[in-house]
Amino acid sequence: MPTAQASQSAKQETEPTAPAAANPGAGAFGRRMQAVGQSVARKEAPNKVTGRARYRGDVTPVGTLTACIVPSGHAHAQLVRVDVDSARRMPGVVAILTGEDTDLLCGEVLEDRPPLARGTVRYHGEPVALVIAHGEAEARAAARRVAIQYAALPLVATVEAAVASDAPLIHPALGTYTRAQPPVVPQAHTNIADHAKVRRGNPTEGWAASDVVVAGHYSVPQVDHAAMETRSARVEILHDGRVIVQSTTQAPFEVQKLLAKSFQLQQGQVIVDVPLVGGAFGGKAAVQLEVLAYLASRAVGGRPVQVVNSREEDMATSPVGIGLVADVKLGATRDGQLQVADLTFLLDTGAYTDSTPRVARAICSECTGPYRVEHVRCDAYTVYTNHTYATAFRGFGHFPLTFAIERTMDRLAQALGMDPVALRRKNLIGPGDQTPTRMVLTRSTLGDPQACLDRAATLLGGPAAEATGSHTVRARGLALFWKTSSSPPNAISGAVVTFNQDGSVNLSTGTVEVGAGTKTTSAQIVAEQLGIDVEQVHIHTHINTKVDPEHWKTVASMSTFMAGRAVMEAAEDAKAQLKSVAAIALKCAPGDLSVAQGRVFLTADPNIYVTFSDVAHGYSYPGGDAVGGQIIGRGSYIMRHLTLLDEATGEGHPGPSFTVGAQGVEIDLDRRTWRYRVVRAVTVVDAGRVINPAGARAMLQGGMCMGIGLATREGVLYDRDGQRLNSQLRSYKVMRAGEQPDAYGVEFVETPQIDAPFGARALGEHGLLAMPAAVAAAVSHAIGQPVDHLPITPESLWQLSRTAAAQ
Amino acid sequence: MQRIKPGRAEHLITVNGEQRRVSLRPADTLLYTLRDELGLTGAKPGCENGDCGACTVLVDDVPMKSCLLLTMELVDESRPRQIETVEALDRAAVQEQFLRHWAFQCGYCTSGFLMLAEGLCRQRPDADASEMLDWMRSNICRCTSYAELIHAVADTLQRSAREGAEPAHP
Repeated sequence: MPTAQASQSAKQETEPTAPAAANPGAGAFGRRMQAVGQSVARKEAPNKVTGRARYRGDVTPVGTLTACIVPSGHAHAQLVRVDVDSARRMPGVVAILTGEDTDLLCGEVLEDRPPLARGTVRYHGEPVALVIAHGEAEARAAARRVAIQYAALPLVATVEAAVASDAPLIHPALGTYTRAQPPVVPQAHTNIADHAKVRRGNPTEGWAASDVVVAGHYSVPQVDHAAMETRSARVEILHDGRVIVQSTTQAPFEVQKLLAKSFQLQQGQVIVDVPLVGGAFGGKAAVQLEVLAYLASRAVGGRPVQVVNSREEDMATSPVGIGLVADVKLGATRDGQLQVADLTFLLDTGAYTDSTPRVARAICSECTGPYRVEHVRCDAYTVYTNHTYATAFRGFGHFPLTFAIERTMDRLAQALGMDPVALRRKNLIGPGDQTPTRMVLTRSTLGDPQACLDRAATLLGGPAAEATGSHTVRARGLALFWKTSSSPPNAISGAVVTFNQDGSVNLSTGTVEVGAGTKTTSAQIVAEQLGIDVEQVHIHTHINTKVDPEHWKTVASMSTFMAGRAVMEAAEDAKAQLKSVAAIALKCAPGDLSVAQGRVFLTADPNIYVTFSDVAHGYSYPGGDAVGGQIIGRGSYIMRHLTLLDEATGEGHPGPSFTVGAQGVEIDLDRRTWRYRVVRAVTVVDAGRVINPAGARAMLQGGMCMGIGLATREGVLYDRDGQRLNSQLRSYKVMRAGEQPDAYGVEFVETPQIDAPFGARALGEHGLLAMPAAVAAAVSHAIGQPVDHLPITPESLWQLSRTAAAQ
Repeated sequence: MQRIKPGRAEHLITVNGEQRRVSLRPADTLLYTLRDELGLTGAKPGCENGDCGACTVLVDDVPMKSCLLLTMELVDESRPRQIETVEALDRAAVQEQFLRHWAFQCGYCTSGFLMLAEGLCRQRPDADASEMLDWMRSNICRCTSYAELIHAVADTLQRSAREGAEPAHP
């Protein structure tokens, strides 16, 4: 359904506009695109289908030692004694480290985590010792000989138990920890590592104005990223002082900074090299194994040492995705106008905080969902438990947030006797409205949630639930999402464009190829700007912090925007230089020239031209003398006008723009067995501008599939002693072939974000954001009871039906 | 039953049509031998437990999880086996279809899925959709929606069925 805005952008496309250089977003719309908007195959695709694509573990020089983690067998205990003597005597063992060998504390936001447990273990699987041996077999055999004596401490098994007044303290020294990246507000002598909040308007007024009030209590377990490549790191300390790191990280520049800071090194001494990464989903933004590998290498005279997670270690020792318990209360007038929202989130960060306080602020920023709410109180607590520590997971807190908000919107619709789509449409946030953190929205920063909602509702169609047999029912559910970047206000990116003698182009950026296709997107942008074929753009697949310009982190779906802006600037810079040299060759002013198809030509007469190869390395006169030199295009980008959230009110500007979308599912459910299947799933997202249609569709569909997994089966499990029960892929269930919906429907609305490359909005995480909420809505419709806890398994539905029958 | 001596010993195995001399411990898995002895790193470790299939290779045309096989079981001295890894595929139909359908993102599971699909085409070129899914369930992809993989494998099967059940041999 075209909206006013959508038709306006359509009109823009027919009007001539200024060259893209003048305004990287809006200016480009008028031109016919050659590379942007095309389904260009991934640059690395041929290597990925021939086994020749290289990942971290595929190249390990002979002589690399292996370090194995000795994990804690207890979830909360004092370490009475860690006896490494017999392990030390095992064949092939070179050294063994324990927590006594370093007093370092790590933490992206709050420095609370020893790389090897010291005195206390706080989760089952926590590294207690590190055994360094010539080979993996020797290291693992010796690791089993490390004898650890524990004295059990009382277990803190849930976030609710953790915030009870008499809860055992997991970090008695919480008040003394260094705050590495404020804002973070630890509550000393509690298990609350951070308290983020939003105070907006006057809730008392809101409740007074509300005719209907609904409340819900929701829970989402910790989940595992389960990237197919487990995390690993290799470190070698050279005698000239250089530290060579190879890692599976999404954040090479963060690894560089953190190692430099932790070990008092010059940043330039630390060189982080990252090849292709085999899936990340936020789990590889946390820095953990790099520090262990550094400690190990340092302990053996700088020899190269690698730490490679087994699947079990990747799931139980390295960080998982944050779990969450939410209480949401909404007030509305009789006709369905939202007045007030009251939200409390307890984030299960496990034993250590990692990035959870930042996730808590991201949740605060968008805590109402994409709705207009005048009065808001939101408290998001980062809570320690004796669970595996947690970090960012695809969506940065937004899938559990979306679940909690959208379930409550459905409750409100039911209480009001209103159609859930109509209730949402009535309350959609729009240009001119304020977000919970008082960012005033524009069409460019927000996009068009209504177009997404209306189209998704149409695509989904049908009634909420209909009987398809004596005990079978088909049901539908729909949910909305929104998300901004919640990146640091000074996040940066950079790009360098150079030329080969044949006129083809080399592009260097600091983004990691984790599977999202970011390198190809950047190549498309350069190709578009220089008017050349994408085949003529050569990319760096490996990132090396020494030679590639810094990109904050490959997270938050921000590569297209941030690296894209830098790439556009680098291309424009190269273009200007090409013109200035060509102006000499063609005896004219640079302003008389245009660039396209590998040529710099007189705009008035394209038959008068030089090629890139004529001028990119200096123009040679017929006599052999030359002028111009090598052309190197540089581009950089820094976030602008972003601010940190105010500690008291949450006021602040958390990201450059939003991506909004609507998702729906259709399910078939059997009331006898409580089994159900998602048969159809739809997503309509405001993409701003789709740079690579096939890539964008694949990325969104993949997210939808992951979201269905989160809704239907995924969740980290602990036994009553806090021991991990499912740290393998046969017990931690992810989606498999045949379990996906029969049909995926993905459609795009294109409301340009005018400061983004070609108008493109962030898309990488968004496919999964509202899927669990949509599945829960459909299942709730099917069984006639609200379903408020993830994952939604047949067993959980059976239990729910028994509870309902007993009441 | 023959007793296997502990410690390293040299043996011959046949990989991608070439006989290779490898130094083996009795406990070495085929995955380890392929990657660390022969540098054939297409097969990936994902779980080393048989759960994920990223290490799938063909042994006598049958897809096998190389993390669950001892190389010792496959040495030429006992009963010669033809081991094929993704590196042996050369513009096979299945590779073309994976490219055409965007059947991968990060690419880490791709070699395993390719060899699984190649084995399916050789073993059961007439497989129907349900049999195809049964086979495909043995591997995990965390990036795609599976629809892309399923379309790629279905199209490869259709093509090999059309071409008279002659699989797209390297």
